[in-house]
Amino acid sequence: MTKIIDFRTDPSKYRHWRVEYDGPVANLFMDVDEDAGLFDGYQLKLNSYDLGVDIELADVVQRMRFEHPQVKVVVMQSAKDKVFCAGANIRMLGGAQHSHKVNFCKFTNETRNTFEAAESDSGQKYIAAVKGACAGGGYELALACNHIMLTDDSTSSVSLPEVPLLAVLPGTGGLTRVTDKRKVRRDRADIFCSTEEGVRGKRAQEWRLVDEVIANSKFDETVQTRAREFAADSAKADVTQGITLNPIDRTIAEDGSVSYELVEVALERSARRATITIKGPEEAAPADMDAFTAQGDAAYMLRLARQLDDAILHLRLNEMDAGLLVFRTQGDPESFAAHEALLMDNADHWLANEVLKYWKRILKRIDVTSRSMAALVEHGSCFTGILAEILFSVDRTYMMEDAFDGDNRPMATITLTGANFGPMPMSNDLTRLQTRFLGEPEAVDKAKAAIGEQLEAEEAEELGLVTMILDDIDWEDEIRIFMEERASFSPDAMTGMEANLRFAGPETMETRIFGRLTAWQNWIFNRPNAVGADGALQRYGTGKRGDYNMERV
Amino acid sequence: MMDLINVSYDTQIPNNVGLSEDKKVLKALEKWHPGYINWWNDLIPQNFQESMVYLRTAVSVDPKGWAKFDYVKMPEYRWGVLLAPEVEGRTIPMGEHYGEPAWQEVPGEYRNMLKRLIVIQGDTEPGSVEQQRFLGLTAPSLYDMRNLFQVNVEEGRHLWAMVYLLQKYFGRDGREEADDLLVRSSGSDEAPRMLGAFNEETPDWLSFFMFTYFTDRDGKMQLESLAQSGFDPLSRTCRFMLTEEAHHMFVGETGVGRTIQATLEAMAKHGITDPYDVGKIRDLGVIDLPTIQKKLNLHYTLSLDLFGQEVSTNAANAFNYGIKGRYMEQRIDDDHKLQNDTYAVTSIKDGKIVTEDVPALTAINMRLRDDYVRDAAGGVGRWNKQIAKAGVNFELKLPHEGFHRQIGVFSSVAVDPDGNIISSDEWTKRQNEWLPTKADGDYIQSLMKPCFEPGQYASWIAAPKVGIDNKPGDFEYVKLHMA
Repeated sequence: MTKIIDFRTDPSKYRHWRVEYDGPVANLFMDVDEDAGLFDGYQLKLNSYDLGVDIELADVVQRMRFEHPQVKVVVMQSAKDKVFCAGANIRMLGGAQHSHKVNFCKFTNETRNTFEAAESDSGQKYIAAVKGACAGGGYELALACNHIMLTDDSTSSVSLPEVPLLAVLPGTGGLTRVTDKRKVRRDRADIFCSTEEGVRGKRAQEWRLVDEVIANSKFDETVQTRAREFAADSAKADVTQGITLNPIDRTIAEDGSVSYELVEVALERSARRATITIKGPEEAAPADMDAFTAQGDAAYMLRLARQLDDAILHLRLNEMDAGLLVFRTQGDPESFAAHEALLMDNADHWLANEVLKYWKRILKRIDVTSRSMAALVEHGSCFTGILAEILFSVDRTYMMEDAFDGDNRPMATITLTGANFGPMPMSNDLTRLQTRFLGEPEAVDKAKAAIGEQLEAEEAEELGLVTMILDDIDWEDEIRIFMEERASFSPDAMTGMEANLRFAGPETMETRIFGRLTAWQNWIFNRPNAVGADGALQRYGTGKRGDYNMERV
Repeated sequence: MMDLINVSYDTQIPNNVGLSEDKKVLKALEKWHPGYINWWNDLIPQNFQESMVYLRTAVSVDPKGWAKFDYVKMPEYRWGVLLAPEVEGRTIPMGEHYGEPAWQEVPGEYRNMLKRLIVIQGDTEPGSVEQQRFLGLTAPSLYDMRNLFQVNVEEGRHLWAMVYLLQKYFGRDGREEADDLLVRSSGSDEAPRMLGAFNEETPDWLSFFMFTYFTDRDGKMQLESLAQSGFDPLSRTCRFMLTEEAHHMFVGETGVGRTIQATLEAMAKHGITDPYDVGKIRDLGVIDLPTIQKKLNLHYTLSLDLFGQEVSTNAANAFNYGIKGRYMEQRIDDDHKLQNDTYAVTSIKDGKIVTEDVPALTAINMRLRDDYVRDAAGGVGRWNKQIAKAGVNFELKLPHEGFHRQIGVFSSVAVDPDGNIISSDEWTKRQNEWLPTKADGDYIQSLMKPCFEPGQYASWIAAPKVGIDNKPGDFEYVKLHMA
């Protein structure tokens, strides 16, 4: 698996999905091309998916919000007969390296969360219209929809067969959503999750696994009627025209460094480090949202978001050895604040809302990235508002103190804005500052009082916003030693430690998915019972059963 | 002591499984029974329900003399639960449990797989009765009508056999599955039968014969492989069902044979030697051989689809777990475990049909299909002998296994009957040469006039050589109730 996985796609390149737009309703068809897997060695039979299928889905969901804001209801359905979706492709999983499996699951989880949240974030409601087998990851797709409709043809069922069939978990939110979202009684959930064939018809509704069970002959019609009803009841404002998301330009250098217009990823493979430098805006902020909309995907706040998002995804999947991500910014903090303010002041404008919600997702993506992360607040940087959130997302933050010899850039500052106090929550539903100051809530209030001030190092340290401030004498050495030390630790222990320290505070469904479910799944993904030469995943399809070590651990 | 050979009639349900002492299952079956009777009554046209039909009823599972013949009204037919006698010390004949004692109870770990296989098998049984429900109205003779009803009641009994297993061994889930077998219905929009071939129409009698020859033969192969099951009650059930199934294929083979015979006789009588002189042959009220070939092509290929994917995980699991064996497992000379063996499977590579060796375990479906193809070729050979004997230059052929397929590796390409991959344009252009057209169907339909006089036969079909139960030619196989 050495080829570069590209997350950039557009409808002209889709092999697995298509959308029919019909006013406020979009019919989204899953029609996986079995010969178009991302890697060789497996066929995507029965609408099973791999990362390539999910990259397209993520693109569909993203474009739905930016390019098709008139859509209020999305009906996810299968274009294939007798099968909704058979879940993640088992042979792909069986053949994939552990790291790919984990990153695959993380990305699919993020995509599920994205369309699940589309209703509350953007007023786009997703319906799963299930006809035929809806198994494993297939049911997890449906579970992440806001409304599940199942046909009652006495054959179609929903199921999570991972445990009995494959000796792994329904790890894309399956176990969690069954109990936390659908609120299925736990003993029934226990039966459901250990029964290969799942549950169909009325019982699926009784058990809360689906919202509606509909006679087969009336199914298609009822689905469309329901979609129209939901659309009519939608509080989403009518928007006639979306914007276009044009392809993102980037160049990848020989050494793996990636250049976007606003994001520079410098890769030092020998140091197992990637430095991500974000450029502040050069142009003035658009005068109003009309001007912003006219700029479309060229507007700075959206342009940057897309490039940064792509950079993070690229690093996750294609640069597995880059164990340390270092974030830097360079630009004018006031100008960034002006660009951000336009969105924050017009948060009820559909496009401002979409861009802000997109930033919320990107920051969450950074939160759950399994790399050590640090930020350097250098002279000339623009860690303002949304960009300042990166400081509270990463594991450590270092800030330059006082003037540096021969450095004539403006003094390093941090500027807090309203964006740091509500609109960009973490998966635990708290802001990053609330999470940071879990034991001293008054620190959040103090920080809030400093909104709009360009905080220099001492003030930032006083407010607890940075890990360490360093002057000209210490800066270089301290940073170097930190980075070298960090790169020398066991990556496994780092991932585990960071994931535990980052998400203090209350549990939510999302934290349970990324924490509990993912951690258990990744443990199982390392155990011989699942992935050993005689384990269930390897043996799946051979007719031989997994050979289990029956010792309980 | 329980009499395991002769059928007990001491409950509402004839059986040789000691039902009267198994109160729990008896209760479940009696609860299911009214639903079944309703299903039957709603299905078969009323005047046939009232008619006296000369049917065989299983009275014993002793291979010598297991049935008796008598007139019976179909709703009063004694459907029952009959298992072949238990074989002392039977062991599991294949897979990782090879040589272990056969299971008398369902092993927990295989419960779902067994249940699914039984449900799929069970689903086909009533499916075919539903497909054939109106054929009585156009029966070409009382003899054929009787054969149709015999097939129908026996498929009904096979449903009973599967329902018994579900209710006896699979608890509440099993009972729900048993109920659902009466909910699904052939060709229904609401809840169709599980397998495609059982949702196709059986619009005419030639279709019925082709169906019983080709599609029931798939049933035979499935039953043969389930008869190998390590789950002994399933094995015993299927062994007895096979006794009955043989008659269904007899109906198919002789039905097609008699249709061919009528055509050959009419051609000879009018001095037609060219089998492709379709217009003239049809003027004689018989079905021309090229059309018979087209019907054969259709039913054969629909039946091949029933074998599923060539390379199948489910089939591999079922074999390895000792749940479903191969055709004639005992006669195969290998270790019956297939851990390291391979089997040749056809597939498409770069637009060509190629054969590749794959792990034999995963190719169980392919192997069964290969056995099926050999088995199905027998009757075709006999039909060709009839044609050759009449001096007509025509040969019926089984088309290439890739022709007209909806399931498996060939479903993605168009293949002609000789096995050449062709473009979809060419397929569209030429499929009417190979598959029955609407006009062919209309013509056959025009011949489907009932012939209800004892000893008389419709123009398009010849009389049988021997009667059922050795009855004379003019025997009244069905005493029609004409309301």
